[in-house]
Amino acid sequence: MRPFTYHRPATSDDAIAAIGAEKEARFLAGGTNLIDLMKMGVEHPARLIDITRLPLASIEERQGGLRIGAMVRNSDAANHALIRERYPVLSEALLAGASPQLRNLASMGGNLMQRTRCFYFYDPSYSECNKRVPGSGCAALSGYNRIHAILGASEQCIATNPSDMSVALAALDAVVQVKGPRGERSIPILDLHRLPGNTPQQDTNLRPGELITAIDLPALAWARRSHYLKVRDRNSYAFALLSVAALVDMDTDGTIRQARIALGGVAHKPWRIPQAEQLLVGKKPGDAAYHALADALLRGARPHRNNAFKVELARRSIIRALTTVAAMA
Amino acid sequence: MKPDDKTRIAHVTPREFVTRREFVGATVLAGGIASIPLAEAQTDTQDTHLVRCSIIINNQAHDLTLDPRVTLLDLLRENLHMTGSKKGCDHGQCGACTVLVNGRRINSCLSLAVQHEGDKITTIEGLPTGGELHPVQQAFIEYDAFQCGYCTPGQICSAVAMIEEVKAGDASAVTPHVSEQAAIQFTDDEIRERMSGNICRCGAYPNIVAAVRSVYGRNAA
Repeated sequence: MRPFTYHRPATSDDAIAAIGAEKEARFLAGGTNLIDLMKMGVEHPARLIDITRLPLASIEERQGGLRIGAMVRNSDAANHALIRERYPVLSEALLAGASPQLRNLASMGGNLMQRTRCFYFYDPSYSECNKRVPGSGCAALSGYNRIHAILGASEQCIATNPSDMSVALAALDAVVQVKGPRGERSIPILDLHRLPGNTPQQDTNLRPGELITAIDLPALAWARRSHYLKVRDRNSYAFALLSVAALVDMDTDGTIRQARIALGGVAHKPWRIPQAEQLLVGKKPGDAAYHALADALLRGARPHRNNAFKVELARRSIIRALTTVAAMA
Repeated sequence: MKPDDKTRIAHVTPREFVTRREFVGATVLAGGIASIPLAEAQTDTQDTHLVRCSIIINNQAHDLTLDPRVTLLDLLRENLHMTGSKKGCDHGQCGACTVLVNGRRINSCLSLAVQHEGDKITTIEGLPTGGELHPVQQAFIEYDAFQCGYCTPGQICSAVAMIEEVKAGDASAVTPHVSEQAAIQFTDDEIRERMSGNICRCGAYPNIVAAVRSVYGRNAA
């Protein structure tokens, strides 16, 4: 591992000042991804700013919703009474991710910043990876691409975002609070992560030196009727091949008042098309309506040699998740 | 549970901290000329700022001067010679390095030692009290919950924390209806899910589940 200097600021402002404009500096939170990438030789920061002691580890009620500090550990968020009660889809997504040990380390802000688990990105012995070395090519395009994207990818990169949490946050319309050298701003979750395009090295729309301070969940009474479905190669402790976060608001007449669906494991960011969700409005719950929604969500899907199965798997998972949520009391 | 009066002091300098892998790797590359890897190690770490850090490990305070690259696992094994915690994958995929930090289980391989200023670490060496094995250790023996034993310290530390999580009412991915926040039914499915962060290459899982179940039964009774 390349040597680095270690800093542990006491305030967010000190942390932002410490990272400055230094390109080779990184904020260090739980470390479950960054330390691993440093061991792999993918990340080699010259300076680490440890943000684990910043006062960003509380969960507070705010404007009918919740503000979750960026340093709240994944396990604490998953088991927070108000998150379990009001936003079960988020608890379930967090509990579906990684292992208990990793969830005790991993932070909410850090989870948003997870990098892809594409084999060719993670292993520098492959010379081609536009995300790791811009302009070097994409080994996954002609390689073993079973875990890769079917939607929103480019000729430069077909990696997926590995976070379960982010898929639930996308369905909940969470808002990410950041603070940087030029002040504070709010980023809707769907605008935080990017599609790869021609700059796959850039995972998010954060600006240099910006620190995630909190994640806001809006007031959303009908989020109680929500579910996270994760499909993976083994039952536990594995990344999603595909996942669905689903919320359904049922009208008293048994039709769907509104719904939200986000997909994981299919793209470089959580995949959500709010206009497509309109297809469920006023419809009776059932396969016909769900198929129409699946068609709209998967339109333009472009599978690769080893992941064609994901298109059908996505369709079936969407139907199963919606069926589960619609049947909830 | 207060630290011993006598505080142990260790200075882990970058020069001392040349990992076995770096040393062997560099030696092979250099055709066995030992001066080259050592010189490299010194150059590598010339501008590294050492960090002073106090950590309480198994009730003993340690004042340390650390290269920030040292993981908690490497500190325990390589510098403090507490080799109970095991290095399996070194990437957070196997759980062999599981230790308790302020009572919570973590992968010590993915955590920098310098991040643990003031923390109370419990390793497998710290679980027995008064010469008696911890009930989970005893249960692993009673139920023959291992073969080669390499993953066992991690399994045991993990199980100790897991039982506390269940008592606290924490949900898992197999808990039905997380929103209802009912008492956890301690089923074998719950045990397997909650222990999934610890891989056993020998496949001793059935007996691990039985051992954990027996301890929880005793606690609940």
